[in-house]
Amino acid sequence: MTRQIKAVALISGGLDSLLAARVVMEQGVHVEGINFYTGFCVEGHTHAIRKKDRDRPKRNNALWSAEQLGIKLHIVDIIDEYKDVVINPKHGYGSNLNPCLDCKIFMVNKAREWIEANGFDFIITGEVVGQRPMSQRKDTLPVIARDSGAGERLVRPLCAQNLPATLAETEGWLDREKLYGFNGRSRKPQIALARQFGFEDFAQPAGGCCFLTDKQYSVKLADLWSTRGTREYDLDDIMLLKVGRHLRPRPHFKLIVGREEGENRFLEGYRKRFINIIPTSHSGPLVLLDGEAGVDDIELAARLTARFSQGRDAQQVTVSVNRPEGETESLEVVPIPSEEIPEAWYV
Amino acid sequence: MSSVTVDARNLLCPMPVIRTQDALAGLQAGDVAVVLCTDPGVVHDIPAWCRVHGHEVSNIDQQDDLITVTVRVGNSA
Repeated sequence: MTRQIKAVALISGGLDSLLAARVVMEQGVHVEGINFYTGFCVEGHTHAIRKKDRDRPKRNNALWSAEQLGIKLHIVDIIDEYKDVVINPKHGYGSNLNPCLDCKIFMVNKAREWIEANGFDFIITGEVVGQRPMSQRKDTLPVIARDSGAGERLVRPLCAQNLPATLAETEGWLDREKLYGFNGRSRKPQIALARQFGFEDFAQPAGGCCFLTDKQYSVKLADLWSTRGTREYDLDDIMLLKVGRHLRPRPHFKLIVGREEGENRFLEGYRKRFINIIPTSHSGPLVLLDGEAGVDDIELAARLTARFSQGRDAQQVTVSVNRPEGETESLEVVPIPSEEIPEAWYV
Repeated sequence: MSSVTVDARNLLCPMPVIRTQDALAGLQAGDVAVVLCTDPGVVHDIPAWCRVHGHEVSNIDQQDDLITVTVRVGNSA
């Protein structure tokens, strides 16, 4: 009796990984999906936070892909292990703080560990030669295979015909002729293949699925590192960078200002960790103060909070300043005029 | 049959799904996991994850901001 060949596919939720898994399934291989959660992933929680997005149909695209394929999806929390990739990328960053090549090496290595632990035969990715400037180039695809330790057990079905044969092909588990030779940035071949397979409504992320590719987010992360004097972070740090308006009026503290009800509700969960300021005479945002703050700093933070409240044009606004240990004080302040807020304060 | 409670309150998706997945890994077919959540995304994501793994969501209860998802472990576990 022939042994059932098994492969794990890295499922990002995008079209390429969906197609790559399907191409291999077409050849009778048992495929399961694996999806890694780094904490920087764009979808999911970002929709949950902002009220305006709550009514938008939302889905986890990786789970959606797994349902389309009819395969199991294993979602793996790599938040802690991933820190070293972000902080010390051996191959450097892309245009922002995105360590794309190291990230892919790390994920393929995790997939390699997974197949070894679970008795699977090879790994599938949706990579296409020439599609991305850092991690999907002709010279970097072999680096991923080598540095991840996956070697010839790494199969890229969408561009396999442009690459040396892998173990799956030489062993006869996959027919090379039924794999593809896509290359370059054009999406047309993938769209055509999706139609052929009957996939509709697949995700087409315009800016990638990782906050680290976002310029504004990377600026906030760099600010966090430089003001702390260390390139460390925890999950709360990187979640808070996704929420609110960030202002740094002084080097030793910054303010995170909720922009709407959903963000205020999310920030509520952090009131026991940060000094927080809430207007009480007018409706307005919940503001977290991250850092050390003296009396003058609190006064400035209170005036800024008033500025972002409905009392911005009032003579005076009352705010409540609440400390994590439970102490509360009420301050009456004059909202700071917008012209006195330098652009440089906005992170 | 055993039952476990998973506290995924104040976690945003996909963390509640991951916590559910980890809890179910130690259970047998027919066992139940009661998952306490606050992220409304779980109403979509936990059932989707259960469908691909052959588990059954037997109830979703929402009271104010607390969402309680009850999952029964399927035979493929």
